[in-house]
Order: sequence, then structure tokens, then C-alpha cells
Amino acid sequence: MKKKILIVDDEPNIVMSLEYTFKKQDFEVFIARDGSEALEILKHHIPNVVLLDIMMPNVDGYQTLTHIKNTDSLKDTKVVFLTAKNKASDIEKGLRLGADKYLTKPFSVKKIVSEIMELVT
Amino acid sequence: MNNYALIIIIIIYLAVLFYIAFLAEKKRQSKWVNNPYVYTLSLAVYCSAWTYYGSVGIAANSGINFLPIYLGPVIAAPLWIVVLRKIIRISKQHKISSIADFISLRYGNNRFLGALVTIICLFGTLPYISLQLKAVSETFEIMSDDTSYISTTVIDDSTFYVALILAIFATFFGTQNTDASEKHKGIIATVAFESVLKLVFFLAIGIYVTYYLFDGTTDIYNKISVTPNFKELTTLGGIEDGFNWFFLIGLSFMAIFLLPRQFQVSVLENNREKHLKKAIWLFPLYLLLFNLFVIFIAWAGKITFGSTENAEYYSLLLPLENGNSFFATLVFLGGFSAVISMVIVSTLALSTMVSNNLIIPYGFLDKFIKNQPERNSKYIKNIRRISIFTIIISAYFFYVLFSKELSLYSIGLISFVIISQLAPSFFIGLFWNRGSSKAAIIGIIVGFFIAVYTLVLPFTIRVYTGTDDFTQYGLMGISALKPYALFGIDFLSPPAHAFFWSMTFNMMSYLVFSLISKGNYRERNYAEMFVDSKNFSSLQDSALVWKGEAYVSDIKSVLVRFLGEKRATRALTIFFTKYKLPQDTQLADARLINFSEKLLTGSIGSASAKILIASVVKEEQISLVEVLKILEESKENIVSNKVLIEKSNELSQLSSKLKDANKELISKDKQKDEFLDTVAHELKTPITGIRAATELLMDEDDDMPKDIKAQFLKNILQDSDRLGRLIHNILDFEKLETGRLNLDMQYQDIQKTITKAISSISQIAAKKEVQIINKNTHAFSTNYDEDRILQVLTNLLSNAIKFCSPKTGIIEIDFKLGNAFVEISVTDNGKGIPEEDHDFIFDKFYQSKDQNTRKPQGSGLGLAITKQIVDKHHGKIWAKKGKKDGAILVFTLPFK
Repeated sequence: MKKKILIVDDEPNIVMSLEYTFKKQDFEVFIARDGSEALEILKHHIPNVVLLDIMMPNVDGYQTLTHIKNTDSLKDTKVVFLTAKNKASDIEKGLRLGADKYLTKPFSVKKIVSEIMELVT
Repeated sequence: MNNYALIIIIIIYLAVLFYIAFLAEKKRQSKWVNNPYVYTLSLAVYCSAWTYYGSVGIAANSGINFLPIYLGPVIAAPLWIVVLRKIIRISKQHKISSIADFISLRYGNNRFLGALVTIICLFGTLPYISLQLKAVSETFEIMSDDTSYISTTVIDDSTFYVALILAIFATFFGTQNTDASEKHKGIIATVAFESVLKLVFFLAIGIYVTYYLFDGTTDIYNKISVTPNFKELTTLGGIEDGFNWFFLIGLSFMAIFLLPRQFQVSVLENNREKHLKKAIWLFPLYLLLFNLFVIFIAWAGKITFGSTENAEYYSLLLPLENGNSFFATLVFLGGFSAVISMVIVSTLALSTMVSNNLIIPYGFLDKFIKNQPERNSKYIKNIRRISIFTIIISAYFFYVLFSKELSLYSIGLISFVIISQLAPSFFIGLFWNRGSSKAAIIGIIVGFFIAVYTLVLPFTIRVYTGTDDFTQYGLMGISALKPYALFGIDFLSPPAHAFFWSMTFNMMSYLVFSLISKGNYRERNYAEMFVDSKNFSSLQDSALVWKGEAYVSDIKSVLVRFLGEKRATRALTIFFTKYKLPQDTQLADARLINFSEKLLTGSIGSASAKILIASVVKEEQISLVEVLKILEESKENIVSNKVLIEKSNELSQLSSKLKDANKELISKDKQKDEFLDTVAHELKTPITGIRAATELLMDEDDDMPKDIKAQFLKNILQDSDRLGRLIHNILDFEKLETGRLNLDMQYQDIQKTITKAISSISQIAAKKEVQIINKNTHAFSTNYDEDRILQVLTNLLSNAIKFCSPKTGIIEIDFKLGNAFVEISVTDNGKGIPEEDHDFIFDKFYQSKDQNTRKPQGSGLGLAITKQIVDKHHGKIWAKKGKKDGAILVFTLPFK
């Protein structure tokens, strides 16, 4: 079975790099430009991991995470924050809400891949 | 009994008294001297020879009519707790030294009033002392059974020598201290001792007569009841006697407060207020015991002697008749002790008044000008000594002239009636602050003359003319002016009648003149202090109605004259310390004047003290207007206090404003933090893009398609541009916000600037196929910084392009002239700005929620910078409300 990843970010250039990277790792990649699009996709697909930005229009990353945590069918889905917010208080908040990992921008592509692989195998 | 033996007994007795007085003075602080029993016993100075002998006389001749004289004090006793305590308090605080001082101080330290009261007291007390001398003299004669010898000159009259001995004794103990307000412990101790003696001896003779000479009270009653006029003695004479009783009770009620000797013992010699509590029941008990056997001694005497002897001396005659000279001697000594107490305390009180209220203020004040405290104090003592001597000797002559004719009882009542003239000004003045000095003086004089006319004149005229015509027919034969039946009131006994009329006119005058004449400021000040004695210390300290100029050094020199250098200095030091004034204060204030007057009052009386202090104080009369002004000033003080309170309110408001400002600063700090956070976030986004793309290209294996490779490179370029633009905007914005940007104002045409803005953005518009229409093509020139306004226009236009739909988008740019400004608007037909966002769109990094997620053009600072530039031109910028599709952004530029 192909591993599934949902990338949620409002910056197209960043999304493009990530999409290219994970497709190469043989992931089935879903893309959402904000929280509301992500929730729409999650109605139909259950990804192994969600890579989530925080600062997005409409529904932000925190709300999306909370929704995932409250959805029974998504209980096996791992959530990883990938955001420019790197204050200690932000990281603490993200992990407290139930994120499995908290990664910060700018990032190294290789590092992201290894962190994600760690979660899904 | 032998004359000499009797004299020796008297001398031994006096020696014992001297010794007691000496002991008491030596142990001033001892419990034996300072207790409520001594205080109560000293009050019994009320029971003089009048009581001791006179009561029996009345009982024998007119039954129980002796009782009203004791019922008055018994009724007064419970009131002491209120009235006497108030008087004591006031007296202590003012260092009052006599009743004359007390009354004159109440009416503003009126010198004349003090002198008048002194004279009334003299007139009232002289007969009283002469009564005592008469009793001593007559009992002495009875005891010595030398009835054949009748003295013809002063020199061989034993009464004169008795008077002399009394004078020496009184002089010695009464003038130990210059300050008359100091306690006379020695005298009080002997008075208390003598009160015990006279009561014990009187009870002893009562028991002796009743149970030894007779077989108890029933035996006496049975024997007297068969005598012819017994019925008169045991019944009251109807309504008329009722009136007599009423007035006599009233008279004695006043006397217990007003008699100089009672004022001396009950007020001036009072150590502690709480002693009053015991005295209010113990003193009536003492009077009851004293009167227990009076009636039986009287009846026994009547049974034994019929009407052949003077009934007043039955108590002495009965044992003598039965050959018991020991008991007779005891009775004589008891009577003698009653006399001594009365004479000494009375002369002490009177001499103080005479010196402090009569002689010093009216005659000797000039003598005290020299700065010799030793001599001054000697002067004062000598004045008092001479006064005591003079009073006793005058009393002796009064006795020689008049008293031989009169009974003890009637002389006593004359004294009471005269003294009672002080009652209205004393009692009413204590509770009514309107009572004025003028009214007091008039009342006393009027009352005194009526008392003299109705009581003293009749017997004096009788003595001199030997006829009763004056009493019978009245003055010049007018029957309404009959001295014993004034205006037809003929049913009262002479003393009750005199008391009734004198008191009526006295009180009426006092009330009427008080109501029609207001006292001066000083008088009202003191009246207030007396009436409202609780507030008294504050009133006295503030003493707000005083105006004048005085130097501390002058006042001090006056004090030194009487107190000596040491005491004066110490007193002033205490004063300055108490009121927290510097020790070298030069100008005296009202408080110091008051303080100094009080200090001197003890030595020379309040009236004299006032005059002395006034001699160095330039005190100006204060009119009512000025009093009002002073009050006004204190009101102003209150007002300025109000201002102070307002100021402090302002201050606290200011401090709360400061707090708010601080909060704002903190929130500004927070905003700054947020701004930096946002800037960092915004900078990180393109860097992240660049970094990720570069990494992928570097690790590029050959199977990366060429078009993707090209896309990544394009992304890197785009992100780099975005980064550059962002940095530029941030710096721009920072410059604007901190006000470091100077506008380059030029007079130029807004039309040209608009055209430039449209052409600079036309490429982007064309790419999105959005149409830009310049609606107003007129020229209009004004002052502005063209580069900056161009930036504003470009921002607005590119924003509009951003929110317009491709191809169908239409943007209109327009300007019109207002009164003092030109208004430029940019309208688009895009998705518009949500109503709730209107207030925030000019905030930095604001991005609409509905904004397209693709925002390559936005730095989030565009509108914020735009607003800064417009603000800097003193213009305004806002989003117009109410447009359904699209947005209208308007800004103005003012012109002159």
C-alpha cells in the first residue's frame, strides 16, 4: 500500500518543493491551501500523516489539528506541524494540542523526509 | 467653769488642729488626706454654729421649721453629679480660685462683675461670721458662769480675742501659697476632723439628754405633749407655711452651691471628680444624723427650762443644769469646732476674692510692674493676710453692732438671701450661653438692693431709731412698699419674702437684659466654653476670635514677675512643646495669651490676669464684623482644603492616566513584538521556498524533468524578489512610523501624478486584463511629495487589481475638490472588503480572511504604508462603506 500524505500550506512555492519530495519517496500526496480545504479532503481520505502549516487564512493549523484529533476515523493519522512560528510557547502549544512532531521553517528537505519516515514505519 | 481653764482648753484644742493641719500638709499625697470621706466631711463645713445651736432654738420655738435648711442640700446632692462636676471641671481647667473668679470668667473675665460678686460675698458672709462669733461668745459666757461681768470695751471682750485667735489661725494656713487655686490640704484635713468632732459630740449630747436625763424619746414626747402651745410646734401652718418651706428649701439649695466656703470645699478643694459619687449619699446621711436629736433636745430643754433661757443653747444648758460640766465642755468644743471650720474656710475664700478680684485689679496692679517675683508673691500673701484679719475683725464689729439683737437663725438666713443673689448669673449662665455680663451685673445689683430693703434695712433702722415704723407703714408710708409685705405679699416669713422678691427681680433683670444686650466677643467665647464644657478645650485652644499683637518676651516678663524666672521659663517650654512651636517663637498667638492668663489666674485672679496680660498685649477690640471675617477666613481654609482635595484627586487621576500610558506602552511593546514576529514570519516564507528549491536542485538526479527544474528556478527568483520588496517596505514603513521621513513638498499637478501611477501599473493590469479608467482629466495643482503620493496611488491600484476578477475587472480612479482638500478615490468591482474589516485594513500585516491565498504581490504592509504617507500630508484615508460589489478606497490631501 502506498503511504498517503496531506500537505496543508498557503505558500505555493513551498508546497511545490514538498510535493516533489514526497512523490519521489513514493507517497500518495494530497494538497490543501488552507484548513478548510484540508478538512474537505479528510472527509474522503485517511492519510498516514498530515504536514500542517499554522498561519493560514480561514481555518488555521490549530483548528485543523483539533478537528483531526476529534475525528474517530483519523485516530491513526499522524500530524506534523511545519511552520515559521518557532517560539518555545508556540512549540509547546502545538504539542499540547496533540501534534506528533513540530518542525520549523525554513527546513532541510532531507530532514523533513527522515522525520516523516520515522513516523510512518 | 473657770475662764482660764476654758481658755487653756481652747488653746490645747487649737494646738491639736494646728498639728493635724501640719501633718496633712506634710503628707499631701497620703491616702488619709485624699479620699472621698475627707471630701464629704469637708462639705459638712455647711453645719456651722447655726446648725449646732440655732436648729435647737427653732425647734423649741417653731417646731420643725429648721428642716428646710437641710432639705435644700439633700435635694441638691444628687444633682452634683451633673452640675457640680461641670463646675469642678471648668474651675480646674481655668485655675479658678473663687466663686467670684468663676462668675467673672463666665462673663468674659469681667473685672467689675468679679468685684461685685466679691462684695456680695462679703455682705453675705460678714453676718455669718459674726453669727459664729456670737455663738462662741455666748457659749463662752454660759460656760464661764461669769454672768455678772459685762464687757464694755473691745479690749476686755473675750469675743474679740477669740476672733483674733481665729484670724491668726486662718491667716497662717490660708496663705501658705501664692497660687490660691492650689489645694489647702491642711485646712481641709482639720475641717474634716472637726466635722467628725461636732457630729460625734452633738450625737453624744442627744443620747445623753434623751436616754440619760429622760427615759427615751417617748418619755420626752409624753411630757412635752401636755405643755400649752405644743400644738403649734408639731403642725404645719397650712398653705402659707408651705410657701415658706418652699422658698427656704430653694434658698438652702442655692446656698450649698454659692456660699463661698461651700464653693471652696466642694469645687476648689476637690481632688478627684469621683469623690462626688460618695459625697452625694454620704453628705445627706451626715445631715440626717445631725438633725436626729435636734427635736428631742429642744423639747427636753423646753420641759426643763420653760421659756426662761435662750433655747439655742439648750444643748449646753441641759448638762450644766444637771451638773455635768464634762458633757458641757464637749458640747462647747463641738460648737467651737463648727465655728472654727466655718470661719477659716469662709475667710480663706473671701480673702482670695478680696485680693484677686477687688484689691489687685483695682488698686495694687501698678505695684507689680517691677520685676521682682519674690516681693510680688509676698505682696499677694500680705494682701490676703490683711484681708483675713480685716474680715474677721469687721465681722466682730458687725456682731457688736447688730448680732446681739438677732437670733443665730435669722442672721444665717440674711446671709443666705444675700448670697442667693448670685444664683441667676451662676446657674443660668452655666447652661445658657446668651446670659451676658451686663445682665448679670444688673440682676445682682437689683436683687441685692431688694434683699437689703426687705431684710437688712428693717432691723438696722430698728436698731438705730428704736421704732418699728418702717416695718409697720413702709417707705414714706406707702403700704405697697412695706419691707416685709412688698406689693401686698404679707403671708411669707421675712426671709422667704425677701428671697421671693429679690430673686424674682434679679432673675427677670438677668433674663431681660441678656436677651436685649449681647455680650462682646470675649464674653461669648467664654460663655460658649462654660456652657459647652465638653468642647471646651478645643474651643480654648483655637480661640479663634482674638486679634492683636504681642511678643513672647513681654508676656514672659509678666509671668516672671509672679512665677519667678524658673517657673515661667518652664511653663513656656512646656507650652511650646505642646503646640509644636519653635522654642524661640517671637510673636505670641491667642493660645499663648490664654495660657498665660490661666497661669496668672491662680496667683492674682482671672480679672487681674487679664488686665496684666492686656497691658503687654496690644489687643484690639474685635467687632462682630471682624468676627465674621475671621470665621470667613476659617471657611476659606475649608475651601482651600477642598482645593487641596481636588488637586489630590487630579493627581490620582493623573497617576491613573500614567498607569494607562504605561499599559499602552506595554501593549505598544507587545505590538512591537508582534510586528517583529510577523516580519520574521514574512521573511521566513520566501527564504523557506528558496531554501527547499535550492536543496532539491542541488541534489538533483537526472530524472528531474526539465520543466520542473525550470519551475523551481522561477520560484527561487520570485521568492528573492518578494524578499527584496519586503525588506524595502519594512524599512520604508519604519521610517514613516518613527517620523524620520521628510516629505519633499512641491507645487504640482495631481492629474499628472495620477497618469504616472496608471502607466506604472498598466503592465500588471494588462496581464490580468483589468481595465483602469481615469475619470477626471482636469488639472489641479497643489503641494505634495510626488514620489510618496505616487506610492499611495500605486498601492491602491495594485490592491484593486489584486482583488479584481481577471478580464471583467474595472478600476476607476477619480478626484474632486472639496472646501480645503482634494479627494481622490479608487473604485474596483472586485469582491470588496468585509464590513467588519473596515477598521483594520490599514493595520500592518493585515490580510483579509477572504483574500486569495495566492498573494505574491502582498507584503502586508502596503496599506499601512499608504496610511502613513497620507497622515503625513495631514490627509485622511478610509474605505467607503455601502458598495455591494467591490471596494472604494478614498484619501484626501488638504490645500491652502
